[in-house]
This record gives sequence, structure tokens and C-alpha cells, in this order.
Amino acid sequence: MIDTAATGLITVDEHTKVLPPNVIITALDKVVNWSRVSSIWPVTFGLACCAIEMMAVGAAHYDLDRFGIIFRGSPRQADAMIVAGTVTKKMAPVVRRVYDQIPEPRYVIAMGSCACTGGIFKTYSTVQGVDTFLPVDVYVPGCPPRPETLLEAIMLLQEKIKKETARWSPWR
Amino acid sequence: MAVVEVRINPKQGMQPAEIAEKIKQEFPDQVIEVAEFRDQVSVILKRDRLFNICKYLHDDAMLSLDHLKDLCGVDYLNKKDVRFEVVYTLYSIRHHHMIRLRAEVPENDPTIQSVTPIWAGADWHERECFDMFGITFKGHPDMRRILMPEDWEGYPLRKDYPLKGPDFENDWKGFTEMVERSKELSEYDWVG
Repeated sequence: MIDTAATGLITVDEHTKVLPPNVIITALDKVVNWSRVSSIWPVTFGLACCAIEMMAVGAAHYDLDRFGIIFRGSPRQADAMIVAGTVTKKMAPVVRRVYDQIPEPRYVIAMGSCACTGGIFKTYSTVQGVDTFLPVDVYVPGCPPRPETLLEAIMLLQEKIKKETARWSPWR
Repeated sequence: MAVVEVRINPKQGMQPAEIAEKIKQEFPDQVIEVAEFRDQVSVILKRDRLFNICKYLHDDAMLSLDHLKDLCGVDYLNKKDVRFEVVYTLYSIRHHHMIRLRAEVPENDPTIQSVTPIWAGADWHERECFDMFGITFKGHPDMRRILMPEDWEGYPLRKDYPLKGPDFENDWKGFTEMVERSKELSEYDWVG
């Protein structure tokens, strides 16, 4: 432990100490996770009616931009994927390809009943939940979920990212 | 085609029953029945000369049914002797009248003439009808599946097709292969 009284360091938060005016000592995880939490860029991927609700969350009234969330048209420059809507078997390989193009670290939010479980469509053409071929981080139930629900899901994803350790290293 | 100025009743045009009567006069051996349900008239036809009937309805100046509102298939499994029907809903933009045609298509030879040369908009409708019911449209420029994957087997809207398909997990290899590959790749997923 650093003797704060002798060095003049002030503890401002857990694992964060400040030496006025501008020296900050903290864990690398905290810095990395903080930057990731503050700029989740999801790839625009709407498949059905849930996409309309997702767009509503992105628009002025709910305003995802205030969390640093900006929809990104290219998977190669995105951090997350909000699977919004019914995934058909024909579409599933495309969803997987888009996910494969997202660089690490990457996260998946399954939005709506269809993306979570297949919803009411237990039929020949519908995938019974995207977790059959994607690692899902947050499941959002609802048909479609209210915008507040999606915001809550993004908050939960942020909490999850904050708890990660050493995800900045290739030696995991 | 030269534009002929014909005005019947610019607001209403002909009644569907009148149009049905005209079809009956012109093709007496092709009309099986004129059915009426809740003021909606439909003419049930044999499929043999369907193209000629459609051509007549499209080109005749008094009828001028120049707009194909919809084209769809119906499966009457265990309900009628002839299993399939292809339904054409026609509308005249000039005269504001409409008529519905229903052509019977038997199960043992599910083919019918394409009407794409008359109404270009029938193209994708006929492809969808082929995709879902397996009815082949002769003379269609591009008779392929439109909704299901091209190597899909079976016709999903047929009444004897199970809701979940014959084998839900394995009925399309494009999906099963992708699931297997994603299982292999899951080894590289980051576990916190």
C-alpha cells in the first residue's frame, strides 16, 4: 500500500488516487473499461419491427448519443451488435458474417422476443434464438421492448464491461 | 396499343357481375362457375386458356383491366377436388372496376401459364407462388425461388407441410453448417 499521508495522494475512488494537480494513479483495466463503456458503437442491424423501436431509441427523444452510442454502418468499425428482430434461417449466415467482421472486443444484445427465443415463430424458417450461433451478452425481452428497456439493456452491458479484467491483452 | 377513349361510368365503371358475364360470353367453355361471396364476385376458370382470357381482359377497351392488384395461390387440400387455385385480382385504372379470377390447378400437374408478358408486375408474385406452393408458371422469364433459400426442399405454404418443417434442425444445410462453424469459433470467445 502506498502511504497516502506521506506522498500526498488522495483516494477519490476505489483503486484511484490523485496527486494534485494532475497526477492520477489507477488500474489500467479501469481506464480501458471506462473508455469502452463511454463509446459503444453498435453496428446498424435491424431485421424486423424491433429495428423501428431501436431507431426510436437512437432518435432525439431517447437520444442514445448522450451515452456515446453512435450507430456505425460498418461492422469493422463497430463494438457491438444489437440484433433487433426475427432472424430467419436464410438470414442467419449473414448475421454471423457481420458478427465475425466486428473486431474484438465485441458484444451482442439480443433485442426482442424473436432474437432471444424465436418468439411466436416456432416455424420452419425462424431461428429459435440468436444464441444458437452467437455469444449473447444481454437478452432484452419484449415484443417489441420499450425504448427504456433497451436503454436498461445498454446500461447492463456497460456494467458488464466495467467488470472485465485484462481484456486489452492477447494473453487472456 | 392506340389509346381509345371509352367512358362507361367514370366514377364506378362496370359491376363485377357484368364483367363476369362478359367473360362467360367470350369464353363459355372456360368458365366453371361464377362465385359470389359478400358482394365479391370471382370467376372460377379452367387453366387451359387462362393467358388468352387475361389478354382479352387487359386489351378490351371496355374492360381495360390494366392493373394486376394481386396474384396468389391457395391450397384446398381435403376441401376441394382440385387442390390448388391461383387467384388473380384485376383492376382497371381507367374505369375503376375490378374482378377476381380463380384458376384451378390440379395436384398431379401443378403448372399454369404465366401472365408476366401481360402484367410485368406478376413476375415476383408468380415466383412467390412457386416458392410457397410449387406451382410452376410456364413462360415465366425467371422461375426461381424468391423467399426461401435456393436449395430449400419442399413448399412451405402447402397444407401438408409441417409447421416446423420436416426436420427443423437439419432441413437446410446452409444453416446447420453455419451453426457448426460458430461452435468451432466459440473457442475463441472471450470469457471474463
